Amino acid sequence: MILTQIFQYCLSGITVGSIYVIVAIGFNIIYNTTGIINFAQGEFLIMGAMIATTLSAFMPLAAAVLIAVLITALIGALIEFSFIRGIKAPSVLRLIIITIGISIIIREAMLHIWNEQVRALPYFTGSEITSIEVLGAHISPQVLWVLGISAIIVLALVVFFNFTLTGRAMRACAANRNSARLCGINVRRMVTLSFMLSAGIGALAGCIISPLTQTQYNMGTSLAIKGFTVAVLGGLGNSMAAVAAGLLLGLLEAFSISLLPLAYKDVVAIGLLLVILFLRPSGIFGSRQASALKEF
Amino acid sequence: MDSKRYLPVAVLFGLVVLVQIVISFTGTVYLLTQVTMAAYYSLVVIGLCLLLGYAGQISLGQAGFFAIGGYTSAVISTQNLIQWVDTPLVKGLLWSGMAVERQDLYNNAIVSISPWIAFLAAILISIAVAFLIGLPIIRLKGHYMAMATLGFGIIIYRIVLGTGFLGEADGISDVPGFKLFFGLEVKGSLPLRIQNYYIAWVLVTLAIIISINLIQSRIGRALRSIHGSDEAANAMGVNTSRYKLYTFVISAVFAAVGGAFLTHYNGGIGPSEASVMKSVRYLAIVAVGGMGNLWGVLFMGVLLNFLSLRGYFGTLDDAVFGAILVSIMLFAPRGVLRVQRLQSWLKKLKV
Repeated sequence: MILTQIFQYCLSGITVGSIYVIVAIGFNIIYNTTGIINFAQGEFLIMGAMIATTLSAFMPLAAAVLIAVLITALIGALIEFSFIRGIKAPSVLRLIIITIGISIIIREAMLHIWNEQVRALPYFTGSEITSIEVLGAHISPQVLWVLGISAIIVLALVVFFNFTLTGRAMRACAANRNSARLCGINVRRMVTLSFMLSAGIGALAGCIISPLTQTQYNMGTSLAIKGFTVAVLGGLGNSMAAVAAGLLLGLLEAFSISLLPLAYKDVVAIGLLLVILFLRPSGIFGSRQASALKEF
Repeated sequence: MDSKRYLPVAVLFGLVVLVQIVISFTGTVYLLTQVTMAAYYSLVVIGLCLLLGYAGQISLGQAGFFAIGGYTSAVISTQNLIQWVDTPLVKGLLWSGMAVERQDLYNNAIVSISPWIAFLAAILISIAVAFLIGLPIIRLKGHYMAMATLGFGIIIYRIVLGTGFLGEADGISDVPGFKLFFGLEVKGSLPLRIQNYYIAWVLVTLAIIISINLIQSRIGRALRSIHGSDEAANAMGVNTSRYKLYTFVISAVFAAVGGAFLTHYNGGIGPSEASVMKSVRYLAIVAVGGMGNLWGVLFMGVLLNFLSLRGYFGTLDDAVFGAILVSIMLFAPRGVLRVQRLQSWLKKLKV
């Protein structure tokens, strides 16, 4: 009995955790090519889910999600094009403030387009009462969708960054921008692409989790800070470590609910972030020497 | 005393008096309420200006300190001790003036701790929290510092929103007025409007004087050198982390004082005061005022808060501050009120 309960907590932890992983990878993609932490990362998830809920009234769900992902990716490119590209030799402080401003503008725009109502995409298969029994625990089929699609996103990114020319070019930008430029890589295009990619996977993550957690215009900040916690936990820029860190945070949060009031759920994750930042800012998998050389 | 240093302060107070006279003569005394509230918010902004503009350290948690000040004052000064009124402890408190008797709206007798004690506690707690959280935070840089302070702000917001004795989503209401001295009282009632306007502005002026002295002292020079380059300042023998910590604590105390006074003035506080959006607002105001420009930041703080409180931005309230952040950082990263630019413009005019 206790065992199935623990298993149930684990599953819900892994489900939320895999969403944090996607947010963290979104942070990493942009950080790697530009050195920017995009504070508007959480807004991409909400934007994707919101667009998909609106579109799903007119078309099949799969098409709605696909178009929502594409639109969000385009908006990501637009943001890079209009706000980030024009700045010459920006200071870190300036970039932080700009992306915070962008996140506020997106959030307020969403408030005016979709009002403050809580929305949700329909379940991909079945409904909120369908459940599958796995080892005695009851789970919604949506959990399988979340886990499956997150795994596919991670695998696809691994393939993209390791085996395609564009992906390798982006990694080259991450390693050294000037050398990449000397090798004939169009760094600007890679930066735009990184914004598109991270907005796109963010939107997809927002869509798949929407039936389970629902979506409201102001949920982006807490998603972003948890994604950032995961990114830092794994070592900023290291996407594979983020997978482990994300599942860890998800599990921690799931089990904290059984001990602490629900209202303090965010406090656990953010407390962990503060502890990690204070004790080991290079992350549990990162190297201290390497992170000392990076500019934040 | 250096008269040149305090000339702008005198001008500021002259302006304050002038505004009051104009408002009184034009029969728009109701505006004073918002000007007073804007003044208390400006305290937060002045503190953040020292931290961000002079020391170059970002904080997205100022609303958290504001809430710590406000909530501490509110919780302590609204606690009804009537059922323990016969115990020696409460009697002693009453005798020494540390507790006061009053009546609520329904003529029920209330015995509560004096707002003075609540205010002192608010200051002490904000200092303690700022030290505890500041010690590790000031070692962080850039993105990490921004995220850590943002995280601190969200934690305070969540605690305020989820804790029973802090009123959860309703906040705390019926906070009594704060009786200062000479019959002055921080309270939002109509006859006390003009008096409260001056209380708020005396407080702001004090904050400005403290800030000016800080900026033009050894500490101020150290802060500017830290802003220029942390490593270089360190190499020159400046104890960078100590000065950063001092500034962090001072900015927290300014925010807490603003929070405590505004809570007494409004008669209550709600969780929205601790929200991330509030912290972002303070950041936007410091940015548009020109970061390290105390007077610009003060001016923008009063102006934008006043406009926002009067509801001029309507439903676009938060969006306005987001847009300000982005456009200032894109087009005028040194603020819109650059004194040098104005001076060179004036010179051209003379020629």
